[in-house]
Formats: sequence, C-alpha cells, structure tokens
Amino acid sequence: MSRFNDSNVTLAKEIIGRFPRAKSAVIPLLHLAQEQDGYVTRDAMSHIAELVNVTTSEVYGTATFYEMFKFEPIGKYCVNVCTNIACQLVGGWELLEHAEEKLGIKAGSTTDDGLFTIEDVECIAACTEAPAIQVNYRYRYKVTAENLDQLIDDLRAGRLADEIPPHGTLARVRQNTTEAWANTGIEAQAKVDAG
Amino acid sequence: MSENTTANYSLGGQVPTGPKILTSRWESADGHTYDGYVRTGGYTALRKALTTMSPAQVHDEVKASEMQGRGGAGFPAGTKWGFLPADVHPRYLVINGDESEPGTYKDRLLMEKDPHQLIEGIIIACYAFGAAQAFLYVRGEMALAQERLAQALNDAYANNLVGKRICGTDFSVDITLTWGAGAYIVGEETALIESLEGERGMPRLKPPFFPASKGLYMQPTIVNNVETLSNLPYIVNQGGTTFKDLGGATSSGMRIFAVSGHVNKPGVFEVPNGITTFRMLFEAPEYCGGVRVNRKVKAFIPGGASAMWFFDEHLDLPLDKPTVDQAGSMLGSGAIVVMDETTDMVKACWRVVRFFARESCGKCTPCREGTTWLERILHRILTGNGRREDLDLLFEVSESISPGLAWPPRQTTICPLGPSAVSPIASAVNRFRNEFEHYIEHGRAIAGVEYVPMHAGSSHGAHAHV
Amino acid sequence: MSDVNDTEVQETPVVVKTTLSITVDGRAHEAEPGQLLIDACEDAGSYVPRFCYHPRMEPVGMCRQCLVEVEGPRGPMMVVSCMTPVAEGQVARTETPSVKRAQEGVLELLLANHPLDCPVCDKGGECPLQDQAFSHGPGESRFVEEKRHYEKPIPISDLVFLDRERCILCDRCTRFADEVAGDPLISFTQRGNNTQVNTFPDEPFASYFSGNTVQICPVGALTAKPYRFKARPWDLEQRESTCTTCSVGCRTVIQSSRDELLRYQGSDSDAVNWGWLCDKGRFNFENVNSEDRLEQPLMHDGSNLVPVAWSQASAAVAEALKTGKAAILGGARGTNEDAFAWARLADALGIEMRDPQLSDGLPAEVFGLPSASIEEAANATTIIVIAPDLKEELPVLYLRLRDAAEKRRSRILEFTAVSTGLTKYSWKSVPTEPGLQASVVRNTLGEAAVREQLGKGNVVVVVGRASLAESADHTVAALSAVLAEVPGAKVLPVVRRGNVRGAIAAGLGSNSNATEILTAAAAGKLDTLVLLGADPIADFPDTDLARRAISAVRNVISLDTFLTESTARASVVLPASAYGEKEGTTTNLEGRVTSVAQKVTARGTSRADWMVAVDIASRLNVDLGFDSVESIQRAMIATSVFAPMADGGANTREGVLIDQPATALPAVSATAGTHSSYDLRLVVSRRMYDKGASTAHSPSLVGLAQRNVLRVNSADLARIGVASGTSVRATSSKASVSVTVEADDSVGRGVAHLTFNAPGINAGDLIDVNASVNDIKVETL
Ligand SMILES: Cc1cc2nc3c(=O)[nH]c(=O)nc-3n(C[C@H](O)[C@H](O)[C@H](O)COP(=O)(O)O)c2cc1C
Ligand code: SF4
Ligand code: FES
Repeated sequence: MSRFNDSNVTLAKEIIGRFPRAKSAVIPLLHLAQEQDGYVTRDAMSHIAELVNVTTSEVYGTATFYEMFKFEPIGKYCVNVCTNIACQLVGGWELLEHAEEKLGIKAGSTTDDGLFTIEDVECIAACTEAPAIQVNYRYRYKVTAENLDQLIDDLRAGRLADEIPPHGTLARVRQNTTEAWANTGIEAQAKVDAG
Repeated sequence: MSENTTANYSLGGQVPTGPKILTSRWESADGHTYDGYVRTGGYTALRKALTTMSPAQVHDEVKASEMQGRGGAGFPAGTKWGFLPADVHPRYLVINGDESEPGTYKDRLLMEKDPHQLIEGIIIACYAFGAAQAFLYVRGEMALAQERLAQALNDAYANNLVGKRICGTDFSVDITLTWGAGAYIVGEETALIESLEGERGMPRLKPPFFPASKGLYMQPTIVNNVETLSNLPYIVNQGGTTFKDLGGATSSGMRIFAVSGHVNKPGVFEVPNGITTFRMLFEAPEYCGGVRVNRKVKAFIPGGASAMWFFDEHLDLPLDKPTVDQAGSMLGSGAIVVMDETTDMVKACWRVVRFFARESCGKCTPCREGTTWLERILHRILTGNGRREDLDLLFEVSESISPGLAWPPRQTTICPLGPSAVSPIASAVNRFRNEFEHYIEHGRAIAGVEYVPMHAGSSHGAHAHV
Repeated sequence: MSDVNDTEVQETPVVVKTTLSITVDGRAHEAEPGQLLIDACEDAGSYVPRFCYHPRMEPVGMCRQCLVEVEGPRGPMMVVSCMTPVAEGQVARTETPSVKRAQEGVLELLLANHPLDCPVCDKGGECPLQDQAFSHGPGESRFVEEKRHYEKPIPISDLVFLDRERCILCDRCTRFADEVAGDPLISFTQRGNNTQVNTFPDEPFASYFSGNTVQICPVGALTAKPYRFKARPWDLEQRESTCTTCSVGCRTVIQSSRDELLRYQGSDSDAVNWGWLCDKGRFNFENVNSEDRLEQPLMHDGSNLVPVAWSQASAAVAEALKTGKAAILGGARGTNEDAFAWARLADALGIEMRDPQLSDGLPAEVFGLPSASIEEAANATTIIVIAPDLKEELPVLYLRLRDAAEKRRSRILEFTAVSTGLTKYSWKSVPTEPGLQASVVRNTLGEAAVREQLGKGNVVVVVGRASLAESADHTVAALSAVLAEVPGAKVLPVVRRGNVRGAIAAGLGSNSNATEILTAAAAGKLDTLVLLGADPIADFPDTDLARRAISAVRNVISLDTFLTESTARASVVLPASAYGEKEGTTTNLEGRVTSVAQKVTARGTSRADWMVAVDIASRLNVDLGFDSVESIQRAMIATSVFAPMADGGANTREGVLIDQPATALPAVSATAGTHSSYDLRLVVSRRMYDKGASTAHSPSLVGLAQRNVLRVNSADLARIGVASGTSVRATSSKASVSVTVEADDSVGRGVAHLTFNAPGINAGDLIDVNASVNDIKVETL
C-alpha cells in the first residue's frame, strides 16, 4: 500500500539523525509505518530500506523478529490478554476465553468488522494487577469478565477514542529534535567509522 | 539460613520498611512532571555532581555504594563501569528499560511515575564515565512510559539539563529515546545492543563481545537497568556509604520487589535490600498481608520466571543476593510470584516453559529446538497424551540445554534464556512428580488443584488506570 | 673468527616464539596466534564437528556443535571452539563424556525437525548432518511430535531453491550473502522455532554469487537448479581444475558422472578465490554439455558448411596457411599449451600478425610492469581502480577487493564514468568522462587528502578497459599518470578473457593488434584469418569493421566449440574441445599458472587446439618438437617466461607466477576534446551475462542476460527533454539505432551507457574503433 507520506518522511529523517548509524532507526521507522497504516506494508519496508540504505531483506529480517509488527491489516483495537504465570494464577486464561466468546473469534484473529484482534500474550509487566490486559498497549488492570464486556462495548461505541488511539499509535508525545542537541556521540562515532 | 533475620522477624512486630528512595514520588499526582520533580528536590544531585565533583569522585561514590545492578545479574555497577577501557571514545550508555521477565514489574513504574529521576541518573552516569550519548531503550509495549519519558526529556532539554553544556558546565550529553517492538530476549544486554543497531535481537557471545569493550557499534558501552540508574541521584546526594547502609550485610540500598500471584494484596514494594524475608513480604500487613484465604504457600518464584522455584522451607531466607544464590536460585529482577496449594503445577510449569519457547531468539540449536520440544511434551501431558517415558525425556532434553541441571546453570547456549526454560521443569517435576504422573495416568490434575480466579484489592493504590 | 667483536659473539640469539603452545586431547601442539581453537584442534589431529563455522566467514557460534572443554581457573569449561581464540598454555579436550553428551544433544535437537528424506536429497551422501548422525547420533528419534512444515522447495532466485524444512539455521548462506557477496538479499526471518531463511517477498536473491550458498550449505536446504536430482555423490568423480570463464582463474573442483560434467565447486585457494565462484563460472559448464556443440569439422562447399573428415579439413587448413598472407586472432580462451603450440606453428610459418585480444583488452606492455598479485592488491593500503565494473567482469576479484575495503580497511580510490559494484565500498569514487581520465587522475592525485592517503602505505593500481567505446590509449594514459605520481605502485592488469596473459606469454601477441589485423583483412590485404576461439563479430568493439573483415578474407579458419556469426562464413571450421575435456595449464591475470583438468571425453571428434597445431605442422613437415601436453610443457619450461613451472608448481592449488619480462609503457598522447552539449559520450561495457557462447548455451543462465537499454543520468535526460522508458534514436558517427532509454543516476553526467553483446540493440554497431572516443546524439523518435 503506502510509503511514508511527506510529513512522515520528514519525521523519519529526523529520527535517523538521532542515531550514529542510520540502520539503528529501522525499528523506530517500522513503528512509524505501523502508525501511519495500522500495519507494516511492504512498500513501507521498501521505503525504510531506501531511507536507511539497507536492503529490503534486511528490514524484513529485523521486522519479523518482533511481535508488535503486523504485516497484514489487524483490528483497530488489538486486545492483548496476558496469560503468563502471574495472570494465569488469578484467571488470565478464563479471561482470554471470555474475550474469545464475547468477540466470537479465537486468539490470533480479527473480527469481521475489522474492529478487534485478540492476542494471547506473554507478561505485560502488570503482574500485581492481574489479570491484566492491554488494548493497543494501554493497560486495563484486574479485569473481570464484566469489565471486559464493558470495555469492548465502549470501544465499539467510540467512547474511548481519546484514551485509546487506533492500533499502531504508540507515541502521542514525541521526543523533539532540538537544535541544542550536542550530537557529540554521532560525530565521534563517524570519526571512528572513518577509521 | 540467616538466624538473625529469622529471629528478628515476627509478624505484627516492627516490619522493616525503610525510606522510599526510589518510589518517593509514586503516590503524588504530578511526580512525573518536571515541576513536580524539581519541587521535590529533583536535579539537585545532578547540579552537585557537575559543579562540585569530578567524574572520578562520582564513580567513587557509586563504588562505595556497592550497588548491585537491578536488571537480573546483580553485578556491582561501580565495578562494571570500571571495565571501560581508558581513552576509547565514543563510549555509550544504554539504559535497559525492556522489562519483560514474567513477574517483573518495577522499571515500568519507575519510568511512568518518576521519569526525571531516571533521566537525572542517566546524566550522572554519563558524567561519571564520560559518555556523550545515551540510548534509553524502553519496552515496545509500554506506551505510557514512552510518552512520559518523551515529555520528561523535552522538558529536561528545555531546561538545559540534557544536551549541550548542561547547567552551564562543559559537560554535554544526548539522550536518545527509542523503544523495542515485542521480544523478551532483547532485555539481554547484547541482544539489546543488536536491536539498537536495527538488527534482529539475537545475543552476541561473551566473550568476545563484552559490551564494556565491544558494545554498541563495537564501541565501549555500559548497559544498566532502569532501577539501577534511578538510584544514582540518591547516591550522589546522600553518599555511597549511606546508600550501602540501607541494605543488609551483603546487599546495599533499597530494592523494589513486585509480589504477585496468590497473595491477598499483590503489590510493588520498596524494601531494604537484604533485611526482609520472603515470609514477611508475603504475610506482613504492610506488604501482601498473607496468602489468600489463608492457604499455604506451595511454591514461589523468587526472581522472575528464569529462577528456580522455592518452596515453603525457603520462606525465611533473607531477600539478599548471596543468600538466595546459595540456596539455589536467584533474586533476579525482584519478581516474586506466589502459588498456593491449589495451584496446578503441571499447568504452571507448562505455562512458564511456553514463555521461553515463544521467546527464544532462535540462534542456538539447543534453545531453539529444545525449549519448543519441552513445551510440546508438557502440553502433551497436560492434554492427556503423556507417556511414562516423558518425564525422563523432559530431563534428557533439559540436560542438552543445561548440562547437569545445576544452579547456577551450566549451558550449551550463548545466553541464559535456554537454561532458564529448564528451571520450572527442574523445580516442578522434581518436587511434584506425583502431579505429573497423575496427569500421565489419568489425563487430568490431582484432586484439590483448581483455578480460583481472584481479584484482590490493590495494595499500593498508586496506579492510575491508564 | 678471532677478530669478531666479543659482545657480538656472546650475544645469544633471542628466539622469538611465534606460536602458542596448547594441549589438545593430551597432545602438545603449537598453534598460530590469532587462530581459533576449532582450527587449532583440527591441526592437532582432533577434528571438532561443526555446522555454522566456515573458515572464510566471521564465526557466529550458534549451532553449538563445536563445544569442547577448556581448562579454566574453576575447572573445565564448555566453550564453542569456533569463537574461542587459542591462548598460551590452553588445555582443550574434545572427547570427554560431557563434550560427547553435549554434541549428541545438539545433534538430536537438530534432527528433531529435520526431515528424513536423505534418499531423495541432493546432499545425501555428502551431508555433514547425515554423517554425524551416523557417527555420533543417538539413533532412534525420541521426537514424536510433528515436525515443522513449510512449503517444499521454493525458488529464491533463478538458480537456487530453498527447502526450509531441511534448513538447520546455521547462518552460513545469510552470512555469505551479507559478509562475502555484499548482497544481503536473504535473511533470517521470524523468530525462535519459527526462524527461517527467506527473501523479502517477491524480491529474489539476485546475486552473482548465489551458487556459493549451495556449496556451503551443510545440509540439502539449498540446491542449485542445474544440479537438482542429477546425481548422487557416490556416483560423482572429481578433479581439481581452474575456471577460465574470466581471467581471475578461480580454482574449482569439476565433477562428472558417466562421462558428463555435472557440477563445479569452488576450491579454496588462498591466493585466488578463497573457495568462492561466481554463478557464471559455476554453472556455465552446461555449455560443454550442450546439444549445439560442434562435433566434427565442417567445410564450405560453396553454399553451405558441410561435415568433412579431419584429414580433409586439416589438409585444407595446411594448404591455406602455406600460401599467402595469414593472421591469427584469439587464443586467449585456450590453455597455455594450446597457445604455445600455435605460436610455434606461426613462428615456423612466418605468420607475424597475431593477437589474442580483440582490441577490448590491454596493450601487452601493461603485463610487463611491476605487477601485483591479487593478494598484494587486497593487502594494499590504497587500491586505485581504473577498470571496468569488476563485479560484472571479474566477479571474484570484486569479492576480494570488497573484502579488502570492508574488513582490512584498505581504501579504494576509483575512477569511473558509471558507478560500479565497488563504488559503495570506495573511499573515493571520482567521476571520469572517457577521454579525460589522465587529467582527472592527475588532478585527483594532486589533492592534499589523496596525497596523504597515498603516502600511508603501498599502492596497487587495478587497471583495465572500462569502456570499449574509447581508445585503449586513454587507459594507458591514466595508468601513466598514476605511475608518474606514485612510482612505487604495482599494477594488477585486468582483462576479461581467461588466458590472455598465457597467450601473450606463449607468443600469440605480436606488434599488430586486432584492429590492424581486421583493418588489413577488410582492405583485402589478408588471405587467411585463423580464429582461435575468437568471434570478432560478437566480441570486437567495432562490429562493422569485424563484419567487413570477415567477408573480405578468402579463408577464414575457425577453431571453436560452437558455430558463431564469425564462423558462419568460415571456409573451414574445426571443432575444439572445451574446458573439462582437455589437460593443460592456464595463466590468470596475475600471471599465475595453474592446471586445468580433463574430466570427460572430448565431444565428438573435437580436439584440443594444440593437437590441431601439431597435426597441421606435420602436414607441412614442420617439426614443432612436441606432440603431447607433457612435451609442450617441457618446451615451455625451456623458455624464460614459463621457467617457474619447472618444479611442478603449476600442479599445486596455488600455482606459480610466470616470469614476465619487464616492459615500459608506450608513450601515448591521449586526449579527446570535450563534446558538445547535444552529445553524450558513449560508455560501453560488459555485464556478467551476455550473448556470449558460455551463457547462451547454458540453459540455466541464458535467461539471465538482460536486454540492452541506454542508460543516461536523469539530469541529462531532463536537459535533452527525453522521458525515461521511451524509445529514442541514438546516432553515432557509425550508425543510428533506436533504443529504450532509462534514467539512471549511477551514470555520470554527460555520459550514456550501453552494454556490449547484450540481447537487443548491438552496441558494437555504434562504435568506431579508430576514434579516440565515441559520442552519440539522442533524439526522441
Ligand atoms: C534473557 C534475559 C533477559 C533479560 N531481560 C532484562 C530486562 O528486561 N531488563 C533488564 O534490565 N535486564 C535484563 N537482563 C539482564 C541484562 O542482560 C543486563 O544484565 C542488565 O541490563 C544490566 O543492568 P544492571 O547491571 O544495571 O543490572 C536480561 C538478561 C537475560 C539473559
Ligand atoms: S540461548 Fe536462546 S535466546 Fe539465548 S541466544 Fe541462544 S537461542 Fe537466543
Ligand atoms: S561451529 Fe561453532 S557453534 Fe557452530
């Protein structure tokens, strides 16, 4: 589908400039691509390869290592239910099963209306608030079946739009690139590389 | 086991709580903001270090503090910094905020609730060992932590606390915020470095790739955990020995533990390192207030999913690295998961092994093939298709990953992830062999083992639901 | 002795120990410093099993099969021997019970998901996994779960298939693609147990070096299309030989079964190819097996070429050579012995006009300059490259120089009109328009930074013809400019055809070059033209002159493996045997003589070129003094240039360097004026796959030659108002052709690039070989 739009190209170049070597920006740029399109398109990967001057295969190898990158469209809301040990001990599995029932799909798949995807995920660092889930990486703690139903209904009705942006949006606050940056690290590494 | 601590301890007596040096701002609504931070004494340590201390003096205080790294391995930070070769530049600081070890839950709170404390620690560290650029690598799934850190960095840059000529001194440093994308193994420091270089997060072999000499971009690099660095403002302000004295004889400082599972009040607690016992953490009303429904502890994981499990006889061990090491496990990342008598050990064991099988990076044959095989055998047992010989097979396959199944583990792999998958097996199958045999014979769990979903009230009430 | 200074006598020589003493399985061993333990153990007689380790690539230590025990401060430690450097006093054990247990464990785990399809696997019988499973394996598999499933072999390129079920994820192919070839087009994808090797979706592993991955794959996961299911290893016979596809002269192992060539593998020569081959060299043996090969002599009966007996054909050739004026073109595609025999025949018959090159190479004098070996070039502090795109023309030399720039920190200073494979590895790539090279070189070498770099250490100049559309004088002038500035620089001359240096050393070069010979022929001043494996119509830069020459000569006599456009008009065509069908030696671009081996019976009645020379000599009652490869070699050794072959060095893997007499560069005054802004200066160079016989008659390669397009810098296209992708008329002083134009910013400003001998429009039509440079006008149709 899509390469980066113009404003994202500008942002991408800014991000690349933060690292002593361009390839370091691959993961941040994959996130940016996912933010733009909801998932990582092939064109986006080609565009990233061009921007950081590596092959598409290298971008692809990196991208597919990481679970958060999706290569096909997924739900607008990605509901990640933790079933790892701390959550399992207090009902994580049952919660996952409930979510599957409520949405009528199995973990790993997306509802027909394209609104929800369920994932059975590993520990999300909310163990003392188990069972815990994330929706587009925003937490919900001590989730009961009822909470979950309510959450799904609210999302469907668009009542949480402010709180939970569509899948792909991680950073609603970005690090600024200030001219005040010292960039000493970048310059120094460039010298080392030149040998 | 230390008689002292056991003797000193009595429920209802004085429960050692200690000062809050890391979590002091967790309860305050604006603790994460620049104003809130400065109002509560923030950035004084940085000014002190930059204007009144030489880098060597800062390093000396950190050495004197004897602070052990809080990322899992527990290596003293001051000693680690000392491994940097003299005069090789550029050198980098990489901050490990990838917190993904099951049960571990502290770095996220430190990043969300007190991001400036971490930033201050980062700059102090860079000053101490002469790094001009730091990379703050946050776990990909932690959206709020990323946002809070981005805001905090923007404010810190705007107030000349990061960037060029900090606080009007000659010292300059950049902090680059970046984050992962879902891969537990990237918490391992060399995998983290690979990931920062835009690669697949597969660990490098140490030696030759010790980060301190050949790290990021093959330059000298220090990788420190978020909690480790968050201690630095305190150490600079109060002095290394004051920090040291907060802990017990063989540990130093305060330490954050997350206690989850079958306790009445699961929570994240800052406790004096080395003083408290596990029992107190579980049972004292200041902490978790006992195992739910007054049940007994069947097993607990003392230091994250990678650790060997402990049982009720270990409850009175002090929470200190050497003691726990000696008892055959590790304090790791301060992640304690409590399982009561109703826990299905076969299912618990399978679930932890499944984690490692899913998270293996795939580089080493024994880990890539072995962890999956273990998971599949356990899953077979759990679904009623176990065979008598499976229990021996579990140990045989484990042996191929971690010869001798000893602690600390020997390994045929590059990093300790593979051997970690063996911990739950060595723990659960050895101790609860009957439960596994019951599954194999009858296709189901022994009687009295069940799920009791429970949503106990929050213990520390400091979480904003996000 | 008495007057020797006392102190000197008493001084005991300090023996500097240059090795490290280690103990391997109880045996003392001296290891090289910097060596890896896995290699030291092997040297000490304890072979450590391995999958991921490959001595020509960075170790990754990921298969974990090479674990050994090393004595440490806290007792024995298990380490991967492929990433552990040797150290003084190291004590290693490779056979303890725990080592064996660990290795068996790894093997069992590797086999867990590996299909048991050895009987139908190409690798069956030469597979380290299979071998080790037999010798160390636990036997019966305890893995009762279902194995990993993937779609059966998927093509990852035109030449290579990947079976992901068989893959053991050793990272060899992927490391090769990235580290050695510089084409990271295959990578690990996914993670953990789902890890697989793959390309980016629909972007093939289009690398000139893809075949190497098949050779280094330790299992049968990667297979080569030309070899799949062709033979079982135990049916194969093999001999070591040299590839003569280009002048690098990579060492090979040629393998056959039932008298048919089936596979070429790279052989690891330190001096030359490090075990690597390019895909053309690896797979073009298919042309030897081609149905189209010439099998018997042919003679013109006035209207057609008709088969005749050798006796009749030889007699006709002898007759033709006896009378009138003759010339010999070619000989660079044969062996040293072929060239030597023909040179002696020519001497005896007084044939003076000879040239093994087709005015697309270098003047013979360049070969007599102080010369650098490939190794010296790769170790030079500065490598100056004034040459064609080595990746296209001398692929394995490209690999060596790329390695030098990437790993050894040699710096490449390149002068080129069109970006090359080496451009991105160059310290500095200076755009040079044809005709202006010498002055650009002089200016650049005068820059302070360049001067400083050149002063840092030794300098090697890699020099060859970057374009066939300009006079060789410009190359010589550029080289002279370098040598004037850096008199100590050594020269590595690069030419395309396999045995140019051998043919010149043997005496097939003379004072008249191919242009003079063909000009004479075209003018009717030549009666007989002998083509020794030469096809001037396809290979001579000026197609028009070549055509006119061939049609004007009364007798064209051709020795070749295939009919070509040039042989079509021959009066006599003699079938020549090909590489793999004859014994002998060849000389590469460094002047290194190595052996070529006969592995299969020569096709039909074909003969080696030298046999033809001997036969004709005897018909003319000339005694050449030899009648076999051995006797030719004795005669060669008697000449000073081939004397270094005396001790049999040519039969070793690394070969011997010939003793080229020193020469000086001819003084050339080469200047070309600048062209008008309406014109573009033409650059014509070759690509790896072209219409040449070895590609055209190799079914696996023939489809890889790309159609010719005119490539022009986008700024120039904009200036002349032509859109990329449209058809244009390109007009030179010689001809006017219509061709598709493509914007390509790897082409320098003011320059237009065409490929020589590519399918589609023929670049040779546009070239006037006598012009200093060739300019073209580009107009929309
Ligand atoms: C499999 C594995 C996962 C790890 N995950 C983390 C992690 O999530 N966070 C962390 O700080 N350290 C983690 N570590 C430890 C790091 O490798 C490293 O020791 C630590 O970041 C060093 O920081 P410290 O010295 O401040 O503790 C992990 C180690 C391993 C082997
Ligand atoms: S032990 Fe596992 S996770 Fe660690 S490097 Fe090896 S394969 Fe990767
Ligand atoms: S050969 Fe050493 S780990 Fe593979």
